[in-house]
Order: sequence, then structure tokens, then C-alpha cells
Amino acid sequence: MKYLGLVLANLRRKKTRTLLTVGSFAVALFLFGLLAAIHFAFYQGIEVAGVDRLVVINRVSIIQPLPVSYRERLLQMAGVQAVTSANWFGGVYQDERNFFPQFAVDHETYRDMFPEFVIPDQEWAAFSSDREGCVVGAALAQRYGWKLGDRIPIRGTIFPGIWEFNVRAIYRGSRPGDDEGQFWFRRDYLEERAPQWIKGLVGWYTVRVADADTAAAVARAIDDRFANSPFETKTEPERAFAASFAKQMGNIQALILIIGGVVFFTLLLVTGNTQALAVRERTTELAVLKTVGFSDHLTLLLVLAESTLVALVGGVAGILAAKLVTPGLTQALPGFTVYLPTADLLMGVALALAVGVAAGILPAVSAMRLRVVDALRRV
Amino acid sequence: MVRVDGVDAPETLIQVRNLDKRYQRGSEEIHVLQGLNLDVTPGEFVAFMGPSGSGKTTLLNLLGGLDVPTSGSITVAGDELTRMSAAKLTRWRARHVGFIFQMYNLLPVLTAFGNVELPLLLTKLNRAQRRRQVETALALVGLADRMDHYPRQLSGGQEQRVAIARAIVADPSFLLCDEPTGDLDRASAEEILDLLTALAKEHGKTILMVTHDPRAAARADHILHLDKGVLVETAGEGARP
Repeated sequence: MKYLGLVLANLRRKKTRTLLTVGSFAVALFLFGLLAAIHFAFYQGIEVAGVDRLVVINRVSIIQPLPVSYRERLLQMAGVQAVTSANWFGGVYQDERNFFPQFAVDHETYRDMFPEFVIPDQEWAAFSSDREGCVVGAALAQRYGWKLGDRIPIRGTIFPGIWEFNVRAIYRGSRPGDDEGQFWFRRDYLEERAPQWIKGLVGWYTVRVADADTAAAVARAIDDRFANSPFETKTEPERAFAASFAKQMGNIQALILIIGGVVFFTLLLVTGNTQALAVRERTTELAVLKTVGFSDHLTLLLVLAESTLVALVGGVAGILAAKLVTPGLTQALPGFTVYLPTADLLMGVALALAVGVAAGILPAVSAMRLRVVDALRRV
Repeated sequence: MVRVDGVDAPETLIQVRNLDKRYQRGSEEIHVLQGLNLDVTPGEFVAFMGPSGSGKTTLLNLLGGLDVPTSGSITVAGDELTRMSAAKLTRWRARHVGFIFQMYNLLPVLTAFGNVELPLLLTKLNRAQRRRQVETALALVGLADRMDHYPRQLSGGQEQRVAIARAIVADPSFLLCDEPTGDLDRASAEEILDLLTALAKEHGKTILMVTHDPRAAARADHILHLDKGVLVETAGEGARP
């Protein structure tokens, strides 16, 4: 700590340069934070997927339905503990831009299948007793200012007409990043008003297995059970299902990695050059420090401390700024939960520190190797 | 007592024997110091004179452990410098040597206090103890009221006094001064020489000073001329018997 004053004094030497370097780190880490949050938005299903849940869809495509009768047959299979189903509704609230997912769910089983979504018993009871009731996520309710008792009109696209729902419950995620942007309503309401072609059919099943270790075997057994039937199935663990769903949007992960890599590499070059310049400018001063007894290693650490401190201050500022703006992005991007997980936040700070050290290492080594006699002779 | 003939003097602080220093400049070998001998007892004020390129600064660098000789030995307070590793030599330098340069070489980003405190950062002294020592050193050079000033806010003479305070703050065994008045006007130079003389006479500091200025050299107890790589003594104004 006694050397901190010396490190800070050197950083104050060229205030504009230091501020610009700190700013470079802040901007880079802000971008990293946003990319990490967007990555989470695309892959959140994978992050929060239950290890003991399987998703059963039509083997042809997810848009092809499955018979409602499969529920009982699934429940009879060994290793299956619970089954629920849902349909994609695909309606529009007021304007096409107001996208959020709407599911017609089996209100008797859906809540138990997804305990990570917390709903007060009283509200769930109100939803269960109202055929036109709906459950909305807290973020969704906040975005549109909905509250319990509100009547929400949704224009059907797959299922024509104006569908009106009563907000009976608001759910909250129990973990950071849980999707609070969904809209659930009762499948029996859909069944009642939907066209003939969808009656008796569901979009997909979610199955809970008794033992997560047997999930793969149970998935195979389900697909074997319905093989060679008019509705063959494709069963995957929820995590794999979410991953393949995310892949349909393109390789977002690779894109983010490329952008992030380019940003950090550029930052490394810019900071490294700045630090090298800063060290070259004070060759004599470094020689004087060594003359009075500062060891080679201490000199190296002092130079490294400067670039690391700049990286830390800029990195923390940038990543915290990203953390602050992500709730606003969730509001601005309907259908996505833009969230910066703590692990990514810490990784960002670690990356900033790594770039700080990498940028400072060459100038620090040259400062360490500086020969006092040569440096003083240059004066 | 100062001897240059290689005969052992009693209770020497600095003993140099058969010191050789050669440089390679391109294809040419420059033999700067040739079998140089020197004995200095504590409390002496010694001036080294000689034409440019005669090896004065090289000798100072060798005595301060900043450079290593081609052959020969340098012993200071019982420590044989030529056998020390670079790291050990650095630690030794921090404990035993105070350097004063012609261009002061203060760190412009630190105040006078910060500059003088630098050698103490390498010690185990706590903040309060460091503060006390720095204030004492700055008071000794007459700059107690300038400790919060940056080098750019000080005159050349004041900067050199800060450099002297930095050199003495850790109470080193001896001071090495390389043209300490070379960049100063006459009045400031006299002030610095008065200060160095006082450090030698009143505080018993051993001072080895390289200078071109005969008036500066005359303040020393002994004036040694570097001639063809060896030292030759001529008496100074303050010469002791």
C-alpha cells in the first residue's frame, strides 16, 4: 500500500491520457457486459433449464401438435413422475411490436412442473377458477402496467378473433434471470374457442422424470413408445431442447465471441502502446528509482500496477454501467430477458485485469531490465 | 585519511584495489580505469577531478554499485561489492549510498516530501516514522517550508537541496555526488557546497564528489585527479593533515 501514492502520482502525470485509457476499458467492458447480457437473453432457457425435465415434441417439427391423449400414456411410463402440456398461441397485444410469448397451459399441472416460477396460492386459485383467467410474468405486467383484475384483449393470429383474458396471477422468477415475460392462460379456454383442427391436440409436453440420471433412458423409451404411430415424438432434455431452439436464431454465441475478441484485442494493442509510451517517457526516473534501491522486480510491479489499476477502474465502471442499463434493455426488447449474470460480471472484471496485465507486461519487463548506468548516461 | 597508493589505511570505509574497467565501443576497447587503488576513512570529503572521459563518473558508478568492474575489488564497510548479485547490490545500495546528480533527477510527479520519502519506502519504517525522518532531512537542507512543493515550483538550488535531502534521509554510509553544482548559478552552487561541507564537517558524512569546478573541489578535504586510469592526490582548501 505504501507504493500506491507513487503509482497514483504516475497515473496523474498525464491526466488526459489516463482518463482516455480508463475510458477505453470502460467502453470495452460496457460492450462486453451488453454482449454477455444479450447472450443470456438468447440462451437463458439453457441456463435455467431443469435437469429433471424432458420436452416431448412432434418428431416432424415443433409446430406439429401431439394428441392430448399422450398425457395419460406418458404418465404410465416407468421413470415418469409428472406431465404437463402447453400450446403456442401467438397472439398480438395492441400492436405487432408488442411481442411476448403466450402459452395455453394445463392449469392443473403446469405450476407444479415449473416451481421456479413463484405464484401466490390465492392468485393461482383465482386463475384456476376463471376460465378466461391468465397469469403474467412480473416484467410483462410492469412493461404494460397490468395489475390483477385487468382485462387484456389479445388478437389471435393462429387462432382468429379477439381473445380477452382476466389477469388473475402474477408470477416471479425465483432465480436471477428467470423469464418473467411470459403469458399463460388456460388450455381449456383455447379448446373451447379454437377451430376444430386443433381440438384434442397440444403443442408439446413437458415431462418430469423421477431420477435425473435416467432422463436420457426415459427420453429414448418415450420415443420408442410412440414410434411408427401417426404422431411420432422427439424427446430431449429441457436443456438440449432450449439449446437447439436457440441455435435456430443463428450462432449468436460465435458472433458475440468474435466481437468481444476483436474489442479486447484492440484494447490490448491500444493500452499496450500507451503504457509503453508512458514508460519510455520516464526512463531516467525509473533509473533514479533503481539508483536509490528499488529492485528490478519492484520496478516491474510498479509499472504493472499502473496498467492493472487503470484496467480495474475502467473495467469495473464499464461493467457496472452495463449492469445498470440491462433492465432497460429488457423493457426495450419484448420477449427477451436481458440480464447480466454475476458470473459474467466477474469474468468481465477478470478479463479487464488480464488485458491490463498483458498490456503492461512488456513495458514492465523493459523497465525491469533497464540498466541504470545506460539510462543515466542518456540524460 | 585518503590513500591512493594501495597501502592499507586503518579503519577504512571504502577500499578499492586494482580496479580495472574496460568498455567495448564498436571494435575499440576503452581502458578507463587501470589498476586504481583508493582508501577512504569515514567522514572524509573527497573530490575527483579530471578531464571529460577520464572515468570520474565511471568510478562513481562503480563505487555506488551501479556498474561492475572488469577486475579488481571494491569493499565498503566490510562488504565486497564485486561478489554481490545484482539483487543484493540493489539492497546494499539502498542501505549504504546516497546519490546526488547534476540534474537533480527528482520525480516531477512527487512533491519535495514525496521525493525525499522514496528511499524510506524501501525500509520497514511506518508512515509516521517516515514522515518524521523526511521532515528532519528537509529541515536540515532548509526546505521545511517547501515540502509540499513540486519540483517545478522550486528553483534549481532548491531542487538540488531536495535531492540532497533524499540522499541523506536514510542515513547512508556515504554520499556520491556527480557534478552537484554543474547546473547551478554561482550563488546556488555556493549554497549547495556549504551544505555538503556542513554535512561532512558537522554530521561526519563521507562524501565523494565528481566535479569540473576547481572552486567546488577546493571545498573538499582531498582532491584526487584521475590521470591515465589511476588516481593522483592534490590537497584541497579544507585539506586535513
